[in-house]
Amino acid sequence: MKVLKLVSKNATRHLLRTALTILGLAIAVMAFAVIRTSIDAWYAGARASSPNRLVITNAISLVFDLPVAYKDKIAQIDGVTGISWAQWFGGTYVDPKNFFPQFAIDGETYLDLYPEYIIPSEQREAFLSERNAVIVGRALADRFGWSIGDPIRLTGTIFPGEWDFVIRGIYTGKMETTDESQWFMRYDYLDERMKVEAPPRAGQVGSFIVQIDDPSRAAQMSAFIDSLFVNSLAETKTQTEEAFQLSFVAMASSIVTGLRIVSFMVIGIILLVLANTMAMTARERVSEYAVMKTLGFRPIHIVGLIFGESLVIAGIGGLLGVIITFPINGLLAEVIKDYFPIFKLDPLTLVLGLVSSLIVGFVAAVFPTLKAVRTPIVDGLRIID
Amino acid sequence: MSESFVELRSVNKSYWRDRLEIPVLNNINLSVPEGEFVALMGPSGSGKTTLLNLIAGIDRPSAGEVSVNGESVSQLSEGALARWRSRNIGFVFQFYNLMPVLNAFENVELPLLLTRLSRSERRRQVETALTIVGLADRMKHYPNQLSGGQEQRVAIARAIVTDPRLILADEPTGDLDKVSAEEVMELLSRLNKEFNKTIIMVTHDPRAAEKAHVWRHLDKGELNNKQ
Repeated sequence: MKVLKLVSKNATRHLLRTALTILGLAIAVMAFAVIRTSIDAWYAGARASSPNRLVITNAISLVFDLPVAYKDKIAQIDGVTGISWAQWFGGTYVDPKNFFPQFAIDGETYLDLYPEYIIPSEQREAFLSERNAVIVGRALADRFGWSIGDPIRLTGTIFPGEWDFVIRGIYTGKMETTDESQWFMRYDYLDERMKVEAPPRAGQVGSFIVQIDDPSRAAQMSAFIDSLFVNSLAETKTQTEEAFQLSFVAMASSIVTGLRIVSFMVIGIILLVLANTMAMTARERVSEYAVMKTLGFRPIHIVGLIFGESLVIAGIGGLLGVIITFPINGLLAEVIKDYFPIFKLDPLTLVLGLVSSLIVGFVAAVFPTLKAVRTPIVDGLRIID
Repeated sequence: MSESFVELRSVNKSYWRDRLEIPVLNNINLSVPEGEFVALMGPSGSGKTTLLNLIAGIDRPSAGEVSVNGESVSQLSEGALARWRSRNIGFVFQFYNLMPVLNAFENVELPLLLTRLSRSERRRQVETALTIVGLADRMKHYPNQLSGGQEQRVAIARAIVTDPRLILADEPTGDLDKVSAEEVMELLSRLNKEFNKTIIMVTHDPRAAEKAHVWRHLDKGELNNKQ
């Protein structure tokens, strides 16, 4: 029988209390991991961005368009190796609740700029050769049970009317962080109809995507591009793709900050739960520690017993928390996949959850240990009497 | 009896409560030869347990010197005291103070965990100790499965398992019925006679004290002889 055996026997002395503490820790670690995964989900777009892509939008706001004619001027800039454009379509499919991102793109140039969208060549050709063709992500196709060749009708909101499409391609993501929930239709299909139905809206794009040869010159080139359109009717705002994505996160910064605060509060709560258990434990065993010290056990042994018990409880709670995080996170990912297509558990989050629980186990043991070690033997024995 | 094994010279002990000094022991001089069985008697609050604690090295005198087998206990550091206790003292408490999560064998084995004995050596010593106290057949029993007398015998086994020369017992029969108390006193008497253990026992019980060779009476912190 060594210290470990005594630690395990002590830990199971009040089985219900220990079990409830472990359960509390497990739920807290799970909540911590899910909250952190939620925060990560906000940053998924930024993480998936490329350092050699710039995004140009209207300087006033994203909701204002830019003339598609800007592309020729931008393409001539030294260091620009590619340019494309996109327009947010914003249609609804059957029910307005069926949200998914829809972009009207210049097929040839856009797909060249986004090699992370993997599309079989024959599907790409089909998309480029048919005006009302669309390419959708694998996740989106699975969500609605779409297959290649399916006719799809969207009801336009920004661009009113009924719009008929045919699915000609399904892309998959090159990386785990690649969004597979998008819809890509052809810009010329949209633009030609606008020329007929709403001529002032024709020839307008929501954003340009520019590929540059040297990411280290991104800031310089952004400033130069914006300088080209100063004092025009549609001044530009150029930023890296990552900065562009982060601007969406910034719109919800208070939510993200709130989530961060809650994730730290969860750690604080588990600290209190375990600290309470360990304080009760140490208080109950003051006399036992006094007896052990009388038998010749030194403070280091008492430290080992209390820290050992606290770390065992915290470790089991943390491990259980990590285990239950997988199904809970999977369930949540399924529920919110329309809004957060990338909702994946980062291994680092799990490690952080586990390490946090161990740190909590360590911290929770400090004060009970100090009390147990500092209590004179005679005072500890007096409690017996 | 020969030269003293336990020696207290001019020992004083006071406790401080707020700024008030409460004297507990006053100029205690005590000499106990090896192999002696001493009963410390006296009314509650007379300082009996405090005196026992000083001899055990779990409390320090305010003044004076406590020595056991020539070692000045009051001069040792906390760490050295702990090691010294584990080798030289067997302590028997009034309320047994067994670890409730450990069975009889494991409770008795506890002090041996501080030694370098192998597992088999520890097992042999624990079995010997439990056999001496007559509980070889209760090794796997937990404290809540034992009677009070049996618990105290396990506690005595724990006190003797390291083979200390000095056993200190604080009211060892104080929580026992008459029959159990007699069994425990028989056992202590046997340890004294057969194994030459020096025993200093605090007790209120005159019947328990009868087993001792020497009776010392404490009253208001002062030690008197009583025959």
